[in-house]
Amino acid sequence: MLDDFFIRALLAGIGIALITGPIGCFVIWRRLSFFAGTLAHSALLGVTMALVFELNIALSVFLISAVISIFLLQLQTKTNLPNDALLGLLAHSSLAIGLVIIGFLTTIRFDVMGLLFGDILAVSQSDLLVIWGGGVFILIILKIIWKPLFASTINYDLAKAEGMNPDRYNAIFTILMAAIIAISIKIVGLLLITGMLIIPAALARNISSNPIQMALLSTIGGLLSILIGLFSSLEFNTASGPSIITAALLLFLISLIKTKKFSELKK
Amino acid sequence: MENKNKVLLKVENAGISLNDKSLVKGVSFEVKQGEIVTLIGPNGSGKSTTAKIALGIYKKIDGKVKTYTNKIGYVPQKISIDWTLPIRVSDFMTLTEELNQDQINIALNLTGVEHLKNKSLSNLSGGEFQRVLIARAISKQPELLVLDEPVQGVDFKGEIALYELIKKISDKMKCGILLISHDLHVVMSATDYVLCLNGHVCCSGTPHNVVKDSKYRELFGDRASNILSLYEHKHDHTHSQDGTIDQK
Repeated sequence: MLDDFFIRALLAGIGIALITGPIGCFVIWRRLSFFAGTLAHSALLGVTMALVFELNIALSVFLISAVISIFLLQLQTKTNLPNDALLGLLAHSSLAIGLVIIGFLTTIRFDVMGLLFGDILAVSQSDLLVIWGGGVFILIILKIIWKPLFASTINYDLAKAEGMNPDRYNAIFTILMAAIIAISIKIVGLLLITGMLIIPAALARNISSNPIQMALLSTIGGLLSILIGLFSSLEFNTASGPSIITAALLLFLISLIKTKKFSELKK
Repeated sequence: MENKNKVLLKVENAGISLNDKSLVKGVSFEVKQGEIVTLIGPNGSGKSTTAKIALGIYKKIDGKVKTYTNKIGYVPQKISIDWTLPIRVSDFMTLTEELNQDQINIALNLTGVEHLKNKSLSNLSGGEFQRVLIARAISKQPELLVLDEPVQGVDFKGEIALYELIKKISDKMKCGILLISHDLHVVMSATDYVLCLNGHVCCSGTPHNVVKDSKYRELFGDRASNILSLYEHKHDHTHSQDGTIDQK
């Protein structure tokens, strides 16, 4: 029989995979993987803020992500530095500020490792509620905005000209990304949430021919990563978060083999 | 133009500058139902920019733009689909509008690319992609079509057929068309109103009047002025692929 904590971990992981599957596709399509990484890094600052002001961690992470996104937009108008440089600047400086503030919090015992890599085996019932409640909400919003968001992803001008209002949907998508990171920070940790957003979607791209299919395969890839990762962490007594990402990487490598054979068949 | 049709687009004294440098300024024109308005001009004269101004793509513009319809079809000059996004022609067709299979088939058929329906967009040639772009823009039965170099990369025969299709659409569907084209032959033979741009409006009017304008001659040279004489005769037949003559 499986232990309760393990079942909770499975449920939490499944919830995360269901959200990161389709959202991860948009992250890849919109070339936002570095942006997702930046938001994840800034989450450390969010957590320390939560400790200082005694806020809810998810809420605080969400707010900091929003601030970072707005700050990025401001920087883009002030300088011509390329986006990746600005994102690197924001990612590392917010991580650094977070760590500096932790240094001042001498009274609080603080598990930095847990924050970096997450602790999916320590998920409580209220965590599950946050993940599944937030997850359902995020997926419903994504379903509603799918069409205009997809059009804006394909081509801004086209979407704008034909009345799809891309600015609005780009903004909503940024908020959704911040929300995902906020609800999953405790589970997979800030270094691994980007992995869950990118790797399943990347493996799905190798084996899909249309956007809906890619979103589905990405979700399935994420679910498999969670299952393989968690059960092998139980079996081999390895850290669960990194095991999940390692499983995702293995699946990605398998998807590469498959496309190679497939394209050879075409020839 | 004694055209009593509804005005679809009105651009008044519009322009835009980037970093204090004016890209285009003082452009005014209207597009009415069933009318084809073309923008011509040398490279960098602001044709695409003017189209984007008219479509409301820029946030800060000078002057005023009013559109009196929200059923707009746009064929942009450049569009690149990233490899990371797997998308078939049929997915692309429904990008901004819900269409049923029949509507998709009809539109693709009109531009001669029905056989590409399930192909991936990234596998299309330049000309094929252009035909798909046009099919997508007309499939939603727009009231206003904005076509920015719609036949670039299309073979010569297809080019003529597509321009005929565009003309037919404007007649049949009564939609207004704003066209950007390099092909002066087409512009002069098939459009109702021409604006000649070079950072501003050099001259404008019916094709007949524009070719007589000295500014037009300055921009395009004397040979361009003879174009109209070439085109002021009616074709009474077409040729099918094997060269036989089809009487109209």
